[in-house]
Amino acid sequence: MVDLDVEEPNSGLFVKGKLEETNPVYKMVPVWEKDKCTFCGNCQKVCNFNAVIQLHTQVLVFPKLCHSCYACSELCPTDALPMKPEKIGEIKTFHQDNLTFLESCLNIGQEMAVQVIAHTNKILEKDYQGQLIIIDAPPGTSCPVIEAVKDTDFVLLAAEPTPFGLHDLKLAVDTMRKLKKDFAVIINRFGLGNDKIWEYCQRQNIEILAKIPNSRTAAELYSHGKLIYKQIPQVKQEVLKIANKIRQLSGEPK
Amino acid sequence: MRIAFTSQGSTWNDPIDPRFGRAPYLLIYDEETDKLEVIDNTAINQVAHGAGPETARKLFQAKPKVLITGNGPGGNAARVLENANITIYIGAGSLTVEQAYKKYKNNELKNY
Repeated sequence: MVDLDVEEPNSGLFVKGKLEETNPVYKMVPVWEKDKCTFCGNCQKVCNFNAVIQLHTQVLVFPKLCHSCYACSELCPTDALPMKPEKIGEIKTFHQDNLTFLESCLNIGQEMAVQVIAHTNKILEKDYQGQLIIIDAPPGTSCPVIEAVKDTDFVLLAAEPTPFGLHDLKLAVDTMRKLKKDFAVIINRFGLGNDKIWEYCQRQNIEILAKIPNSRTAAELYSHGKLIYKQIPQVKQEVLKIANKIRQLSGEPK
Repeated sequence: MRIAFTSQGSTWNDPIDPRFGRAPYLLIYDEETDKLEVIDNTAINQVAHGAGPETARKLFQAKPKVLITGNGPGGNAARVLENANITIYIGAGSLTVEQAYKKYKNNELKNY
C-alpha cells in the first residue's frame, strides 16, 4: 500500500507497522553562479514559471517555483546555472505482517507534490513490479492526481452523495476518461444528501462498486485511528465488495 | 521621485488593488514630470505560477523608488523588490490611488 497524498498523508495512521527505512526525495534546481554569468537574460526568458528573475546584474532563483525542467540551465551559454539537488520530501517504508506500506511525504513549505509522487512511482516500478499495489491518491483532478494514477490499471473514485461531491466526481470522471483509465465509483457516507450521484452513474454507465454508509460511529473510530470495517458490519460488507473487485482485477481467486 | 501603485484601474480615481502579484494595473507617478504612467498587468491572469516575481520584475523595469499597495507582496515578490531597492508601503487597500498618494505624503502609510 502506498500513500501518495503527499501533501497530507494519513493512511499511516491506520498502519501500525515497523519503520524499516526513510529515503529522502530531492528535486533539481538551478543555482546561480555569478562569476560565470553574462546577464544575457536567456534564463528568465525561457522559464515558464517565473522561477528565474533577472534584475540588471543579479539573477534570483526561486526554488519553490522551479519545475526542474532544466531549460535555464541547459540553454545558459556560459553554464552559470548548474542544477543542484534540494531535499523536498521523504519516503518512509513500513512493514506490518505481509503488508509493505510506503508513506510519501512532501516537506512543509514545499510546493512540488508531483515530483515526490513521481519519485515514489519510480520506486514502485523498480522494487515492487508485479505485486498488488493499492494507492491512496490525492483528491481533486490537478497534477498530483494525474501523476498518482498515471501508472495504475484501475481507479476507484470515492465521492460523497452531495451536490459538491457530484460536481467533483464529474470532473474526476472526465479526467479518468481523458487518461483512458478504467474506473468505478465508491459512494462514501451513503445516506447523506441526495441520489443524484446514483442517477449520474446510471446515465453514464459507471459502475458503483460500494456504498459506505454514513455513520457517526465511523467518524469516531476514524478519529481514534481505528479501522472502521472491523467494527461496523455494514462497512465491512461494502469493503469486502471492493476487496473482491481488486482480487478479481489482479487475477486472484475470490 | 517615481512612486508605484498597485491599482484596479488606470487613473487617480481608481481603487488601489490590495494584491501585489495579481494587480491588473501598475501606476507610476513621476513627481518631477507630474505624469502618471500606466503599466497594463492584466495578462497576469493567464499566469498560473509565479505571478509575484513576474509583476515585481515588471515593476523593476519601471524604476520606481517607492511602492504603495494594500496587503503587501508575498515572499517571492518581496525578495525581488528588496533586491531592486524598492521601498514598500502597505495598508492602502481601501483607498483610491489619489487618496493613497496623499496618505503617503502625510506619512500615514505603514512601511512594509
